[in-house]
Amino acid sequence: MIFNTHYKIEKRSLALVLGILVVSGIGGFVEIAPLFTIDDTVEEAPDMRVYTPLELAGRHIYMREGCYACHSQMIRTLRDDVDRYGPYSLAVESQYDHPMLWGSKRTGPDLARVGGKYSDVWHTRHLNDPRSVVPQSIMPAYRWLSRNTLRVDDLGGHLVAMRRVGVPYSDAMIEHATADAIAQASPPALAAEAAATDVADAGGLVERYGEATTVSVFDGNPGVVTEMDALVAYLQILGRLTDAATRLQDAAEPTAGLALELGGNEPGGSEQ
Amino acid sequence: MLAQLTASDRRLARLVLYIVAAAGLLIAVIARNDPMSVHGMIIALFAVVLFMILYSARHAPEPGADRLGEYYDDPSKVGIVLSLIWGVIGMAVGDWIAWLMAFPELSPDAAWASFGRLRPVHTSGVIFGFGGNALIATSFHVVQRSCRARLAGQFSPWFVLLGYNLFCVLAASGYIMGITQSKEYAEPEWYADIWLVVVWVTYLVLYLRTLARRQEPHIYVANWYFLAFILVVAVLHIVNNLAMPVTLAGAKSYSAFSGVQDAMTQWWYGHNAVAFFLTAGFLGMLYYYLPKRAGRPIYSYRMSIISFWGITFLYMWVGSHHLHYTALPHWVQTLGMTFSIMLIVPSWGSAANALLTLNGAWHKVRTDATLRFMMVAAVFYGLSTFEGSFMAIRPVNSLSHYTDWTIGHVHSGALGWVAFIIFGSFYCLVPWLWKRESMYSNKLVEVHFWLALAGIVIYLISLWNAGITQGLMWRTYNESGTLTYSFLDSMIAMIPYYVARGIGGFLYFLGACVALYNVIMTIRTAADNATTAGVAASPDLPVSRLETVAVARSTAP
Repeated sequence: MIFNTHYKIEKRSLALVLGILVVSGIGGFVEIAPLFTIDDTVEEAPDMRVYTPLELAGRHIYMREGCYACHSQMIRTLRDDVDRYGPYSLAVESQYDHPMLWGSKRTGPDLARVGGKYSDVWHTRHLNDPRSVVPQSIMPAYRWLSRNTLRVDDLGGHLVAMRRVGVPYSDAMIEHATADAIAQASPPALAAEAAATDVADAGGLVERYGEATTVSVFDGNPGVVTEMDALVAYLQILGRLTDAATRLQDAAEPTAGLALELGGNEPGGSEQ
Repeated sequence: MLAQLTASDRRLARLVLYIVAAAGLLIAVIARNDPMSVHGMIIALFAVVLFMILYSARHAPEPGADRLGEYYDDPSKVGIVLSLIWGVIGMAVGDWIAWLMAFPELSPDAAWASFGRLRPVHTSGVIFGFGGNALIATSFHVVQRSCRARLAGQFSPWFVLLGYNLFCVLAASGYIMGITQSKEYAEPEWYADIWLVVVWVTYLVLYLRTLARRQEPHIYVANWYFLAFILVVAVLHIVNNLAMPVTLAGAKSYSAFSGVQDAMTQWWYGHNAVAFFLTAGFLGMLYYYLPKRAGRPIYSYRMSIISFWGITFLYMWVGSHHLHYTALPHWVQTLGMTFSIMLIVPSWGSAANALLTLNGAWHKVRTDATLRFMMVAAVFYGLSTFEGSFMAIRPVNSLSHYTDWTIGHVHSGALGWVAFIIFGSFYCLVPWLWKRESMYSNKLVEVHFWLALAGIVIYLISLWNAGITQGLMWRTYNESGTLTYSFLDSMIAMIPYYVARGIGGFLYFLGACVALYNVIMTIRTAADNATTAGVAASPDLPVSRLETVAVARSTAP
């Protein structure tokens, strides 16, 4: 049957075109379309916050420098992944990631929950000269990040574009995007002082993005907002946009290690 | 190269070049605060260079109408040379960054030269530059022979080839300036993506119009695959690259999808770039050049049919095997795994069909390195599709994923299958197109074969070992129930393997240099011959003579 049908199709190029489109279209449609419509694909997390303009700029630098080629941001439901990196990643945690940066390779460790694990000083030193803090590291140095001033004047436009693809940035967030970026990278004291002149309003920043927003001179250089500030701000928020993962997985703890069950990766079997 | 262009072709070419140059200048001006302006200048410069080439031949006489009775191969010739140049560049960058993984301090303190920016130059350079140009060049050649029809048009083949290369230049130059949307194998930003859509639609129309001219009732197998390659890559490219630019005067855009939906869309794209760019198109090559070189018909028409529809249907389901144990819903992971395993059937069907075609020609495989390239390509196709299905099994994937085993697997397909079928096809095609009896040096073909094979073996063994070691170290627990090795321990264990990989890659790169040299020397000696003596007999007969091509043609079931 298939041979007879094909025998007819291969005599007509448009039939072949149609056949290829239909046959190849099925798989993607069945797998992708339901992900947009089935509600429990992405968990509810009311505390989930959006990236601040500075963190978003840092995320762009993370992509620009190709960090994703060597670092994943996806902790799998395997026991050793959870023991090494923390609670396994939930879909909701990358809900506002356009695009996602789950990654495909771990030349370096996973970064999904690296936020808060190291100090700003450590990150800045590590990015400037990885081997000064981890002698055996094979990570490249990113010295130009401290030298480059961050472009902040267009951040409002970035927030608008993000809102157009579905991220709930408010009008106030968009309006104050540039000032918020400067404020987040300023010393808290200075930021408060600047608030009076409405150049950099740290108070407004925390109000808009939540109490957990870190205001810091990330790169240790208060004079200027550099690309290093942005990247470190981004690294420090990784895994801290919502508590959903910790909350859900702590609740599941009494059922004897959900991670172990899902992993199917018996510790005894892997010890050889 | 331009001898066959008529006055109206040239007029159209000039018009398009004016438009491209103007668009480039416009981008350069409106995006002056953004790296995108450099791209505007590159686009304008690209158009100016082509314009000068066109201008230098302005006094060429109008071609005779008899050209329409022959095949049009000038774009294929240029495509082959461009493909090899991209191959050498892409492999050089690949080997350089391989060494950076063992010796990071070799990298200069410059953003453009850092590992993260050069890596996509390597991947795009070899996949799109080397592979894509080879696909365009050979598809133009194959569709004409298997349809016994001349390409439908003289301008559009050049538009497809050169427009595609402009896309490749924008991609590679963008990465080193930091322009990327970070989607693996789909890194170029929105404006380059739109340009590729224009080029690709032209490619599809050209291909269909040429098929419509065929003097054969049936469409030959190779064309099924080339057609699937063109069609599905268009769909994948458009869907995965849907994005919202921040401004029309800047490069940066935000993907239309986020999180889990983006991950699934990306790997639906990513794995089907493997399927329809790196497999379907190259199977088209295999189905034409291997039987032709071996002088044997395709072993089984029915196996071709089953494999073709099997690959077209099953591959689109398997992308989710890149996302095992992640936040992607479990049912999608399971579907991906299941279809990945089923995929062995059509994959091995194609590999077996190719190898069985060689029955009765194995003595040629022993003496003819060109045919041996294609035979080894079929073997690596079989091996890497088996490996891929194996790694898609969830528990196996729990060990292999995120490790260098994946990189080893990709290169088993890319170096062993894709590049070997390209080299085999080029060594067939170059003497035919430039009307020589054989390559400039068959010895160099032999040298290339062994350099490349040695390179692959070193590369694969080192990365298989690296990946499995890494995977096992990550999951090893000590008796007190805690992890035995830190991440750093596993990373340090990789360094000897990275060095070995650098050596294997270097051998492979040397082989590609030998190929480029051999092809250039063949072209140069062909030019010398053409001026002195008559051209050598070519097995590649013009359409006007209506001889049947000596390739197996579809027969009734």
